[in-house]
Amino acid sequence: MKKGFLIALATIMLLSVALVGCSSSGGDDDKDKAQALVFGRGGDSVGLDPATVTDGESFKVIKNVYDTLVEYGEQDTDVNPSLAEDWEISDDGLTYTFMLREGVKFHNGEDFTADAVVKNFERWMTSGDSGKYAYYASMFGGFKGDEGHVIKSVEAKDENTVVFTLNRPQAPFLKNLAMTPFSIGAPGEFDKLETEPVGTGPFKFVSWKRNDRITLEKNEEYWKEGLPKLDKVIFRAIPDNSNRLNALKTGEIHLMDGVNPSDVAEIEDNSDLQTFFRPSMNVGYLGFNTEMEPFTNKKVRQALNHAVDKESLIKAFYEGQAEPAKNPMPPVIDGYNDEIDAYPFDLEKAKQLLAEAGYPDGFKTELWAMPVPRPYMPNGKKAAEAIASNFAKIGVDAEIVSFEWGTYLEKAQKGEAPMFLLGWTGDNGDADNFLYTLLDKDTIDSNNYSRFANDELHEILVEAQSTPEKEKRAELYKEAQVILHEESPWVPLVHSKPALAGMKNVEGFKPHPTGSDKLTNVSLK
Amino acid sequence: MFAYTIRRILMLIPVLIGMSLIVFFLIRAIPGDPAQIILGQQASQQAVAQLRDTLGLDEPWYVQYFIYMKDLLTGDLGNSIRTHAPISEEIWPYFAATLELSLFAMFIAVFIGVNAGIISAWFQNSWFDYVAMLLALIGVSMPIFWLGLMEQWALAVEWRIFPTSGRESILDPVNSITNLYVIDTIIQGRFDQLQTVFKHLTLPGVALATIPMAIIARMTRSSMLEVMRSDYIRTARAKGLRMFWVVYKHSLKNAFIPVLTVIGLQMGLLLGGAILTETIFSWPGIGRYIYDAIGFRDYPVIQSGILIIALVFVTINLLVDLLYAAIDPRIKYQ
Repeated sequence: MKKGFLIALATIMLLSVALVGCSSSGGDDDKDKAQALVFGRGGDSVGLDPATVTDGESFKVIKNVYDTLVEYGEQDTDVNPSLAEDWEISDDGLTYTFMLREGVKFHNGEDFTADAVVKNFERWMTSGDSGKYAYYASMFGGFKGDEGHVIKSVEAKDENTVVFTLNRPQAPFLKNLAMTPFSIGAPGEFDKLETEPVGTGPFKFVSWKRNDRITLEKNEEYWKEGLPKLDKVIFRAIPDNSNRLNALKTGEIHLMDGVNPSDVAEIEDNSDLQTFFRPSMNVGYLGFNTEMEPFTNKKVRQALNHAVDKESLIKAFYEGQAEPAKNPMPPVIDGYNDEIDAYPFDLEKAKQLLAEAGYPDGFKTELWAMPVPRPYMPNGKKAAEAIASNFAKIGVDAEIVSFEWGTYLEKAQKGEAPMFLLGWTGDNGDADNFLYTLLDKDTIDSNNYSRFANDELHEILVEAQSTPEKEKRAELYKEAQVILHEESPWVPLVHSKPALAGMKNVEGFKPHPTGSDKLTNVSLK
Repeated sequence: MFAYTIRRILMLIPVLIGMSLIVFFLIRAIPGDPAQIILGQQASQQAVAQLRDTLGLDEPWYVQYFIYMKDLLTGDLGNSIRTHAPISEEIWPYFAATLELSLFAMFIAVFIGVNAGIISAWFQNSWFDYVAMLLALIGVSMPIFWLGLMEQWALAVEWRIFPTSGRESILDPVNSITNLYVIDTIIQGRFDQLQTVFKHLTLPGVALATIPMAIIARMTRSSMLEVMRSDYIRTARAKGLRMFWVVYKHSLKNAFIPVLTVIGLQMGLLLGGAILTETIFSWPGIGRYIYDAIGFRDYPVIQSGILIIALVFVTINLLVDLLYAAIDPRIKYQ
């Protein structure tokens, strides 16, 4: 009796567990998977108003809802027609006349006209609010009335012609216009763009469940004939990389970014999946605080350049999906100086330079390691350990330090880090966006975390900003890289090719170097 | 009873004020400027300064706290720095998601935990007792993170029984009314969706239930053992009452008081502590909402989110205390 009771109770409990667990069998619904693509990513968007957001997760969605006047090539940053079919540039580089595409409509039915372009630019340039329109201010030198402001006026000549007049020539002007932050929104909806975006792009906004997903549907009247191919795109936030990969394996999502380099081999072995590699437009680097002893000494910086074994780093932490860097910008950018010889990995030479600098026995310092994975630095802590072990061999005792990401950036920006790992992904594919943004003396306290100031470099970089001829500009940037190589404010480490993964049936996906992809040509087989 | 209830409710006020103060100052003690973080690496100093000004971060701390409390008293939780949306509108779907998950986990934990505890006590030193207590020990010591990933690997990726993440089928989303999807789907008569919702609840629910289940089982067992040794139970058994009734009617009522405390505490912990589970299973709940807000130094969201969790926590404790008093009238006079 006692035993029978025990067994009966145990059975009931097991049954109840089973009932709770298996309300039914089988995976997720297979309903209507045709041409509805789910894109898995690490975080939710912050907002969907192109001009006010600054984060990559927002741009990924924005790029599919809006168009820009001109757009980048499929996998490069060459400038191609988009909403503007054609354009003319005056000889002095001060007047840009754009001929706009006719018959284009915003998702709400408003016509796309020259007037709409004017209203978009007026909205940004007259705001004067660099906290809100941060990208506008940084790419076009402030706002209307500011001394450095690039754009003098934007006027509609007729319904389909818009004329930009500049205060001074700006070499990367067209490339800037192709940036996602300068997407053209429907003027009637400016107030709502942040949560209910309305553009002319291939997909219309449907709904947004915060921290979960954003749903877009096909724009049936898209101006590119027969496109987009997908009926629906859903951006889903799945924070953990391994978890996201699991969701891909089970078919809950079709495409994902943020693949751990260590997972690439497994994905390639899986016959249901495929990998994609984003063309590299980034640099991961080890920066020195050039205002802090002993990094004020050029020889010390050069010595440490000799002491980093980039090949082993790439093998260990990038699974080979990166190339060693020798300049502060990647080779795809115009003006890259390939004639520079990288500092070879040579510990003897490093010791010798240290001795010449007055540190024959080395010194003690801190090496700051990034706490978050980034495309250019999948594992900051591990990379820091490897670099520190190399430094130990030349007597440099580097203690590894890390902070939470926001704190890390803030402290590094204030110049508290003697040596730090960091990186950069280009915004517009222009050399200015690497060299001036990261290493000019104007950008100390901003992106110049090395606090590197060099007048000769500054002159070259400023001259390059207003030099319209491509050849001449490229020469200037090559010159700049020679100075940077000699002065070595950084150890440029790698240009990585971030990995993405998709199900086998995803076709036509070409990841863009900027980090946000237009899914117009993507389809599901 | 009425006076006791009122007294207990009044005691919540200083607790909540203290809580709001602590949270308010602690989050401001974390280094990292919200304006800088929102604008990112790209931002100029001027842009950061302008945003700080817009956000009111330049005001002295006591002014900021005063404004915050004043708004709070009028039911205004403030706006999120990041999304600009009013938090009072934004927070419910997250809270509902966590509530649903926690209630589901608690149901599993209580149902299995209490029964396992009772049986173990009744058949003390039997194989069931040993196995159950061993499992409970493993349950208490198992990291949720690991358990979650294992569940996912085995039951979702390998066997494809459950989905890996989320709350619902993405291609057939639930039409939310209350944001508690179990209720929403029942109201709408969508029993196919209800099934999907349960499938999504299972893995995170089990991961979340493990620790409370183990604690409840152990607590129930020891409490039952004590009660069953008492004279009145011996009498009941001697009278030849059926064992089932002795256990579930006579013993459980008295053994349940300490178990109730544990359940109350665990429920509070579940609501606040679901962050890991929510991250592993991409559950769009309040844990992740606050976690993301910390990353962005979204002060109003962190403050209000934690305050709401604290409010729920103390409310549950209050309910537990009131329940005690109802079960055992001696308690309220102590």
